Formats: sequence, C-alpha cells, structure tokens
Amino acid sequence: MFEYIFIVPLLPLLAFIINGLFHNRLSKGFVQTLAVGAPGLSFILSIALFFKLLTLEPSQRVVEQVLFSWIPVGSLQLDFAFLLDPLSAVMILVVSGVGFLIHVYSIGYMAHDPGVKRFFIYMNLFMFSMLTLVLGNNLIVLFIGWEGVGLCSYLLIGFWFTKKSAADAGKKAFIVNRIGDFGFLLGSFIIFWAAGTLQFTELAQKAPDAFIVGGGVVTWATLLLFFGATGKSAQIPLYIWLPDAMEGPTPVSALIHAATMVTAGVYMLVRLNFLFVLAPTTMLVVAIVGCATAFIAATIGLAQNDIKRVLAYSTVSQLGYMMMACGVAAFTAGIFHLMTHAFFKALLFLGSGSVIHAMSDEQDMRKMGGLRKHLPITYKTFLMGTLAIAGIPLFSGFFSKDEILWKSFSSSNGHIVFWIIGVVTAALTAFYMFRLLYLTFFGEGRYDKHTADHLHESPRFMTMPLVALAVLSVVGGWIGIPYVLGGGAWFAKFLEPVMAQMPAHGGAEAHHDATLEYGLMAFTIILVLVSIYLAYYFYRKNLAKADSLRQSLSVFHKAVYNKYWVDEFYGATIVRPIVNGSIFLWKIVDVLLIDGIANGLARIVGDMSETFRRMQTGYLRGYLTAFLIGVVLVIGFLVVR
Amino acid sequence: MDSWILSIVAFLPLLGAFFILLLPNDHHVSIKHSAWFFSILTFVASLCLLFRFDTVATGMQFVANIPWVSELGISYHVGIDGISLLLVLLTTFLTSIAILSTFSAVEHSHKGFYASLLLLETGMLGVFVTLDLFMFYVFWEVMLIPMYFLIGVWGGQRRVYAAIKFVLFTMVGSLLMLVALLVLYFEYHTIFGEYTFDLLKITGMPLTREMQMWLFAAFGLAFIIKVPMWPFHTWLPDAHVEAPTAGSVILAGVLLKMGAYGFLRFCLPIFPVATFEFMPLISVLAVIGIIYGALVAMVQKDIKSLVAFSSVSHMGFIMLGMMTLNLQGMEGSIIQMINHGISTGALFILVGMIYERRHTRLISEYGGLAGRVPVYSTFFMIVLLSSIGVPGTNGFIGEFTILLGAWSYNKVYAILAASGVIFAACYMLWMYQRVFYGKITNKANEKLTDLTLREKVVLVPLVIMIFWIGFYPKPFFELMEPSVKTIITQVEKGRGMYEANKEARAVQSALDEEAANGNGDDQ
Repeated sequence: MFEYIFIVPLLPLLAFIINGLFHNRLSKGFVQTLAVGAPGLSFILSIALFFKLLTLEPSQRVVEQVLFSWIPVGSLQLDFAFLLDPLSAVMILVVSGVGFLIHVYSIGYMAHDPGVKRFFIYMNLFMFSMLTLVLGNNLIVLFIGWEGVGLCSYLLIGFWFTKKSAADAGKKAFIVNRIGDFGFLLGSFIIFWAAGTLQFTELAQKAPDAFIVGGGVVTWATLLLFFGATGKSAQIPLYIWLPDAMEGPTPVSALIHAATMVTAGVYMLVRLNFLFVLAPTTMLVVAIVGCATAFIAATIGLAQNDIKRVLAYSTVSQLGYMMMACGVAAFTAGIFHLMTHAFFKALLFLGSGSVIHAMSDEQDMRKMGGLRKHLPITYKTFLMGTLAIAGIPLFSGFFSKDEILWKSFSSSNGHIVFWIIGVVTAALTAFYMFRLLYLTFFGEGRYDKHTADHLHESPRFMTMPLVALAVLSVVGGWIGIPYVLGGGAWFAKFLEPVMAQMPAHGGAEAHHDATLEYGLMAFTIILVLVSIYLAYYFYRKNLAKADSLRQSLSVFHKAVYNKYWVDEFYGATIVRPIVNGSIFLWKIVDVLLIDGIANGLARIVGDMSETFRRMQTGYLRGYLTAFLIGVVLVIGFLVVR
Repeated sequence: MDSWILSIVAFLPLLGAFFILLLPNDHHVSIKHSAWFFSILTFVASLCLLFRFDTVATGMQFVANIPWVSELGISYHVGIDGISLLLVLLTTFLTSIAILSTFSAVEHSHKGFYASLLLLETGMLGVFVTLDLFMFYVFWEVMLIPMYFLIGVWGGQRRVYAAIKFVLFTMVGSLLMLVALLVLYFEYHTIFGEYTFDLLKITGMPLTREMQMWLFAAFGLAFIIKVPMWPFHTWLPDAHVEAPTAGSVILAGVLLKMGAYGFLRFCLPIFPVATFEFMPLISVLAVIGIIYGALVAMVQKDIKSLVAFSSVSHMGFIMLGMMTLNLQGMEGSIIQMINHGISTGALFILVGMIYERRHTRLISEYGGLAGRVPVYSTFFMIVLLSSIGVPGTNGFIGEFTILLGAWSYNKVYAILAASGVIFAACYMLWMYQRVFYGKITNKANEKLTDLTLREKVVLVPLVIMIFWIGFYPKPFFELMEPSVKTIITQVEKGRGMYEANKEARAVQSALDEEAANGNGDDQ
C-alpha cells in the first residue's frame, strides 16, 4: 500500500499536464471531470493510506518513499522522497478532502467564466504543489511545494489579469512570499552546515547532538525559517499580501488563502517542532508574533465592509492562533486548529462566494441584507461556519481554539498575557463574524431592483460542498475532545509520535487543576456570548446605533479601516527608496559614471590619434622640415653636451 | 577514432560556413537550411562525445596532441573534461536553436549572417576544447570577428557604437592576457628549459606569489570583462540591445560563459596562490553584480536591456559560486552556466519573436498580451520562472547549490546574494505584468498572432531542458564532479603558500610595529 504514496500528488500533476497541454482540443466537460476527479482520487487514496497507517504500531508510523536522487553534490545528497507519518497523513486528508470539495464547488462557481479551463489547470497544479509540500521528506522537496503553491497563488490571484488590481495583488503576493522564502533558504543553509542533512527523520535524530539548546545556531536557523513562515502564513510583518489576495476568484480564496496554502507555515513549524523546541527564544518570538497577529488582524476585521476582506483578516487572525500554539509548544493544538479552520473557513469563503454569485458580484456588505430568505442553504451552512469560528461549544472551532487558549496559559512556554489577548481576540472574532452574518443575511435588503430580480440560491454543485463542509465544521472537532470534557484527546494522541518532548527547563510542567481549566473555558464562552449579543444589538436590532458607535470611535475606526496604514508605510520606507535608488544606479552610476569613463577614455585615445594623424600631411616639405629640425636638435644636443 | 570526434565537432561549423559561402547569394532558403543542417550535425556529433564520455575518469578525454610549430612549442592539442563537455554541448545545442529561431528575422545578406554564426560556433568550441594556450588565444580572438559583424551589420540603430564598444572592451582585456601568456611561456622555459604552450604542462608549474598575482590579474581582467562583472559590464546591455536575436542568444548563452570558463580552466589551476589572494575581490564584485544588475534591470524600459542586466546579476551568481571553492558552490556555478544559457537564451528568443511582429522592445508599447497570444505568454512565463529560480526549474538547482556553497564560504556574501533572488522576482514579474496583463491599450497589439509551429519547435527543447535540469540534474552533476574535484585539488595546493605568506606578513608587520615602538622608547 505504502508504495502508492507518490500517486497522491501525481494524480493532480497528471491532470495538470494533460489539461495544460491539450486544453484546446479537449471539451470543457472533459477538462472539468479530469480536474475534479484527480483530487477526488487523491482523497480516496489518502483515506486508504490513513487507515493503513493506523494499522501500524504508533511508534512505527513513519513511512518513507524515495523516488530518485535529486540533487547529489558532494556531501549534499537530496532525494526526491516522500514521508508519510501521522502529521502528513492528516495534512493530505485535509488538503485533498477540502481541495476536492472546492474543486466540485468551482464547477458551479466558474461555469460562466470563459477562462474556466485555465482555472482548473492552475488549481490542479496547486493541488500537486500543496501535496508535495506536506509529503516532502526533506526541507527542499517541501520547498518545491512551498514556492509551487506561491506560484499558483500568484497565477490564481491574478486570474482575471485584465484587472489591474488583480494583477497587482498577484505580484504583491509572490514578492512578499519571496521575501519570506529568502529567510527559509538561509535557515535551511544553517541547518545543512550544522547537521549535515536536510531530511526530516535524520535531522530529528541528529538535532539534539548537532545543536546546543538555546544556542545561536539553532536560534538563528529557526528564526529565519519562521520568517519564511510569516510570509506564507501571513503573519506580522509579511501578512499584507493576504487581504489583497481576495482579488482572486472565491474558490481560490477558500482553497489557497484559507484552508491550505496559508497554513503551510504552521505545518512547517510543526514538522520541525524538534528544532524549534531547542530554541526557546524563537519559541517566544513565534508566540508573540502569533498572538499579536491574531489580535491586530481581528481589530482590522471589525471595520471592513467587503465580505471577503472580513474573512481574509479573520484568516490572518486565526493563523495567528495557530502560530501562537506553536510558540507555546502546543504543536498538536496548532494542527488541530489548522484542520478545523480548514473546514469552517473554507465553508465561510464558499458561502460568501455563493452570496457574491447571487448578488451579481457585489461584495460590499452594506449593499446586502436579508439574504436568509433567498439563499436558505447558503444561510444555514454559513451559520454553522460562523458558530464554529466563534467558538460555540460543541462546534469544531470550540475544541481547537479552547485547546490553544488553555495551552497558552498552562504550557511551560505559555503566559497569562497570551491567554488574555487570545480570549479578547476570540471575543472580537465572534463580534465581527456575527456582524457579517447579520449584515448579510438579516434585516432589510439594501440592494437595487436589478440585483433583487437575479437573487437565487446557488446550483447543486455549489451547495453540496457547502453542506459537506458544514457537517465537518460541526463534527470535525469531536476527534479532539479533551480529557476534562470526557473526551479522549484522540487527535493529540495520534500526532504524539511526531512531536518532540520539550527539553526540561526549570522543573516539571506546572500541574493545573481541572477546575481552573473549566473556569477559564466558561469565562471565554461568556465573553464570546456577550460579544455576539453586542453584534446582535448593533447590527441586527438597530443599525443606526452602529453608525453612532462608529462616529464615537472615529479615530480608532479610521485607523483600523485603513489597516493601520501599514501598506503605505512599507511603500514609503521600502518600495519607493528601492525604485528610486535603482533609477539612480542606472542613470547616474551606469550611464554617467562607468560609461562616461569608458567613453571618455575612448575619446582621449581618439583625440590623441587625431593629433598625431595631422602630422601625416603627406607633404614632403613638411617631413623635410621636421627632419631638419630633428637633425639640428640632435647635433645641438651632442655639441652642447 | 575517439581522438578525432572532438576535432570533427569543433570544425564542422567551419566547414558549414565555407559551404554556405559557395552557395549562390539569392538562394535564401538553401542558405538557411544548410546552416541549420550543419548546426544540427554538429550537435549530433557532440552527443557522440557525451555517449562515449567516461564519467568516472578524471583527466582529459578525447585528447589529440599533434605538434604544430614545434620550434615554438605550439601544438594542436585538444581534449575535454566534464566541464568543457557540458559547455560544448551547450554551445552546439544553443547554436542550432539560435539558427532556427532566426529564420524570419534576417532581412539582408543572409549568406554572411549564417556563415558568421557558424564561424562563431567554431571559435567558441575551439575555446572550450583547446589545451594549448596559443591556440586558446587564437580562438578567443577569432570569435570577436564574426560577433563584431553580427552586431555591426545585422544589429539595431546604434549597432556600430555597440559593436565597436564590444570589441574594444574585449580587446583591452585580451591584450593584457596575451602579455601574460607570453610571460608564462618564457617563465616555463627558464625553469624547465623547454618552450611550450601546453596547458597541461603549464598547470602546476612553480611560480612565485608575486608572479602569480600579476599573471592572475592580467588573465583575470580579460575574463572579468567577458563575464562581465561589475563595473566592466556596460558593453553588455548595448551589445545585447543592438544585436540581432541569434547574436544575443549566443552572446548571453555561450560567450559570457567563456569568461567564467577561463577562470576555471586557467586562473584557478595555474595561479592557486593568487586565487586565494583575489578571492575576496572577485566575490565582492560578484555580489555587487548580483544586486546591482537586478536593481538596474528593474527600471529598464526596454525588455532586451532588462534581460541583459539580469544577465549581469546571474553571472554574479556564477562567479560567486566559483569563488566558494567547495563542491556545492562550484558545481552550482557550472550548472548555472548551463541554466543561464538556456533561460536567458530562451528569453532573448522570446523577445526576438515579439520584436519581429511589432518592431519594438519597449515595455510601454505592450500590455494585455496574455489574452491575445496565450501560447506565447505561457512560454514566456515558464522561461521567466526558470530565470528567477522557482523550484522545479533549472534556475533553482543552480541558485540553491551556489548559495548553499556560499553560505559555508562567507555568510555575508550569501545573505546579500540571496537577496538578489527577491529582486529577480520583482523585475521579472513587474515586466511581465506590464507586458502581458491588463487590457490591450495599444491598437497595434490587437492584431498580434500567436506562435507559429517553427517558433514552438524552437522553444520546446529549451523548456524540456528547463524541467529536466529542474527535476533530474543528477546526470549533469555526475558529469562534472570528477573535474570539479580536480580543480579544487589544484587550487588547494596554493593554500599552504598563501597562508604561510599571510602569516609571514602578519609577523613582519608585528615586528615592524615592535621596532617602531622600540625606537620610540629609545628616544
């Protein structure tokens, strides 16, 4: 069975190649079937592999498949190889499963787009890259997927390339990710020269000997890798590309910019958890950055009016939670939230896509309202997603988020500050999500007649995936119900073999009372319910109050509405100086200075020859005169001497 | 038999050039086709080299050594190792592609054009296969003539300026090289009592540190100009912008590699001590080139000069990799020579294709092409990705190994060089956006036609190479590894003398200081 691991990424790759080469000769139906079927089959195979993996002893659940030797240079012996263990098994299930559903949805969503074939070609390439990313058995195969998904993201954000904003957003995403990749590469260089390998299993064995706990080498390596992760997973300081990425078609936002690609940074950290635990400083940085990102993005999400932008900032914020989990060494909690988030955020994006579809491409929530009646399925599934992300008990998001919050408090790497900010962020999340829900689905319709006439529930291809994801958003968390709530924390136990133990520092982990855990949990739930009520009060009961609220908080509102002017700041401090500097280098240094010197030398030589050339007049009398003068001078010299 | 293949490969194009000159002037089609035929024949012959090449052996293979002017120690001495084999293959491959790509671009004097290209090919192959310094110099200079005509006769508006600039820059370097060459020649006679230009004999001859420094500098200047490294690069954008497509392809694809090859074959093995002395200087120039080239490329208005400046950046990577003197860096540097030939060659071909249709290369003249010419846009995107080193393409293999090697050599250089990867994405994607995305704003672009069959045939082999090296570079590394190890061993011989000298100088300066202090105390 395990010899078929490589088929998982191969299927979408084959679909990409066939459709890419022959799309002109293939019918739209065939292209779609192939493009949707490939991830579907990958999903089925992933399920089979997952269950096969379960039959092994927990300690034996590491399967590697070497395909061929990829970069063999001296001591660097990189194989093109895949690794299946509990972590990658979970990831391929999420990626191919959610990916398949989104592909199905896209059949409906992209039905009328003339570029639908191109769309599916890019999507398949993305699936291949993402599956390679999570299956790679070394950092550089992972990096193929890592930049591959970045490339697909670029192509798909700019899918409607005739729109300047879309092309701009795609380019921005690629370049910002490249900045992160710069860190990724340098980090892997440090690791290679320190440990002599880039392969995960080998590295996990060698790491404790190759690196000193808290030493400069491992700290720099992990910090640089984390910098790479901030690019891909949209964390401070590189999160700026993700909100703009909403220029892409909505299924893209769901697949790439919510469920899969943006979680790659979190995945990478968890994959290398054995390295990160060796670097406490890095862990602290990860936790702080994650926590700050979660909070700041949530505040920006409060004031956005574009339905997809709210969800985009929400994604940044939720990714911050996952990062914070990694930072406090709660890696399993991070992956748990990654999974549940993939379910409910994909659902929310697809739901918003259904809304946008029905609203004739309107994305401004101020022009929506009352859509509950017109889009019943979309509404019900969207509600499930909203409850899940808000962290209402029994929904999937509750369990994963609660585990992160608890660990941020109780872990030996945790701190009460992380917990407080985490809980406040949870409250903000509930607020902006219910604001979105009320503005979109409740109240009076604020759209024009033309739009009203076209309102319709989306076709079956779009609603079926919504229902499937809604089910997952509800039950998806049940595999990780903690002990205190009577569960078995099955998910954490499954991932246990992949996780390194924290090196002991300063005694055993503090033991906490279960009562405390209940208390904190209850506090969070109450706070969330209060903010849901506030959202209800302002955006359902009396919308007018929302305006006065906005006015009374005008300074704050202006700041968050303008996203704290971060883009403008980067533009003024980084982009513009570089462009101006480059123009200076070209016009002044290159053309004026270097070429000036070269041409100047040439001119001097030319002028000199011109001078000498004049002496060759061809007149005999001239030569004779010169000869005579010469003779006189020579004789004179001899005489005088 | 084996010893003749190499000469056949090297002189087949020359034969082709003579054959073309015998054809009637106005038979354009037969001129084109025979040029292409001869270039393909040469390529096939060079493939024979590949199949009969022993990948395990070190040393030179297919060696032929025939005394020519024995009184002066000049002989017809050819042979290749893994490195020169790869460059020979690159040359024959790119020349046949360049000739096919140019079928519809040449508008006058077909005969001279194709004969020049073939003559150029023989010159380039000669440089890569010769093991005699005198012959090397001859081939090195011979190349200039056809290239001068290619730019000066079939070039753009400022072609004469560009051609003369190209020749003058190169000549300045090669004159000093000639002097250095003769010094080596006489020095060898002084030591061993024999006059010879034989590279294999000269490599490893004992030379004092000072002598090595002077000679390295003289050879190095010629090579640095050819590479070109900052600040000797300004001939390159002019030459590229003015040269016809085929000229640009060969210029970027092969000619620039001669500078790098010169370092590998001559400077490093013959002057190992000086190599260590000059390493910091060359590395710094390489790093400056990487960043400078990328930044200046970003603000270019002409696509071709953008690609030219990107070459400066890429060649910086190649030189930096070479200076690391470790396997990763050096093998990366050589694979990057191949990569740059393929990717930049392909970029120039692509620019040439659009130029043939619109007769402009200004970015601002375009916009929205992706909707109008999708096949062309896709090819351009693939080549672009290879150029900026996206994993899965050849560019990544080269940049990754070079930077990995550079990290163990000098972290600061590695970090600065790695930032060049970011800028590469900036200038390429920005250009791509302005040319291909958006709406068509220029009426002239509405009538653009997509690629013809011939144009696709030109591009497909390049794209195959891009992915082949991207996913399975192993055969390439295997070919070059023994040769690279040999060079590293040769250079490492100089480390002892270099370090002893450094120490001696340190001790001397310490003594001087002490003496100065001592004097101070006396007074």
